[in-house]
Amino acid sequence: MSVIENNAIELSSPRISEADVADYIALLKPRVMSLVIFTALVGLAIAPGHVHPVLAFTSILCIAVGAGASGALNMALEGDIDALMSRTANRPIPRGRVTRPEALAFGMTLAFFAVMTLGILVNWIAGALLAFTIFFYVVIYTLLLKRWTAQNIVIGGAAGALPPVVAWAAATGSLSVEPILLFLIIFFWTPPHFWALALFRSDDYARAGVPMLPVVAGPDATRLQILLYTIVLVATAFAPWPLGYFDAVYGVTSLVLGAGMMVLAINVYRRREGVEASRATRKLFAFSIFYLFALFATLLIEVVVHAIAPSVW
Amino acid sequence: MADRKLPDGIVLTEAQKKSRRQRSIAIALALGILVVLFFAVTMVKGPGVLVRPM
Repeated sequence: MSVIENNAIELSSPRISEADVADYIALLKPRVMSLVIFTALVGLAIAPGHVHPVLAFTSILCIAVGAGASGALNMALEGDIDALMSRTANRPIPRGRVTRPEALAFGMTLAFFAVMTLGILVNWIAGALLAFTIFFYVVIYTLLLKRWTAQNIVIGGAAGALPPVVAWAAATGSLSVEPILLFLIIFFWTPPHFWALALFRSDDYARAGVPMLPVVAGPDATRLQILLYTIVLVATAFAPWPLGYFDAVYGVTSLVLGAGMMVLAINVYRRREGVEASRATRKLFAFSIFYLFALFATLLIEVVVHAIAPSVW
Repeated sequence: MADRKLPDGIVLTEAQKKSRRQRSIAIALALGILVVLFFAVTMVKGPGVLVRPM
């Protein structure tokens, strides 16, 4: 009788995953990814010169997969706090569909393939920028800032603002003022957008111990910050027209949409109690998504119209 | 010892088999897309495929 047979070995049954493809797609944060794809598409479209459709598709695909990888890595690192918040409790990790190591491996694999494919097939400036975007979102925002400072989404917003810059670099192999303007628009859009969300989800964030501004500084201070950042956002989004980078159609659209943002931000600042306050923040949150989409869509439509009928514009 | 049965090993449930099959198909599709992508870009770039400016 061998030693092994003498000793009863307790074999703990290994966990067999029942996660399906939908769970892994959920790890990619498809809604965030769709906004990333759209802003990257605009960055690619407004870039000068001709980009072959196959290379354009490759660039957008890599940026989208890179964004998805960031989402998966973010969920792998935040499984503990996601379980405490009603907004995120249904994600695959809190539900026990995917383990954190599985999500980590999934995210790392996608990040590697996205960066390498963009670098090899398109150019290494775009590849390096994509790698930096993923690094910034996962390490700087998720690991360092999110649980440490109320400025988490202000600084971390840089990661969400980079996709059009990556796309421009993919198209041109260089950087210029235009993609930086797009970066600044998304960068200054992030605080009012996320703080509006945080205002009506502050209980969630407080329960999870995430130091979002309404939790740390209170709702009134957050309302003031939303208003101040909205002023900066509207000015930043308007500036490219007088500076001569984008044309009048964009400028007027920016003014109209900016007026909408200002009205809603003032409403959030003034209405501080009860149902009206909650309604005002939800309205600003919803409109902020439309604002960014419409602003970038204007640039995209201009490019398409100019390509089809150059004399119209 | 002779009448002692060997362990049956891990027997997957139907749900586990189904999800594993789904995941395998998704991985195969993703790899297929990657191959097609590299082929298409090689065709587009022609001899210039090896020229990759920094």
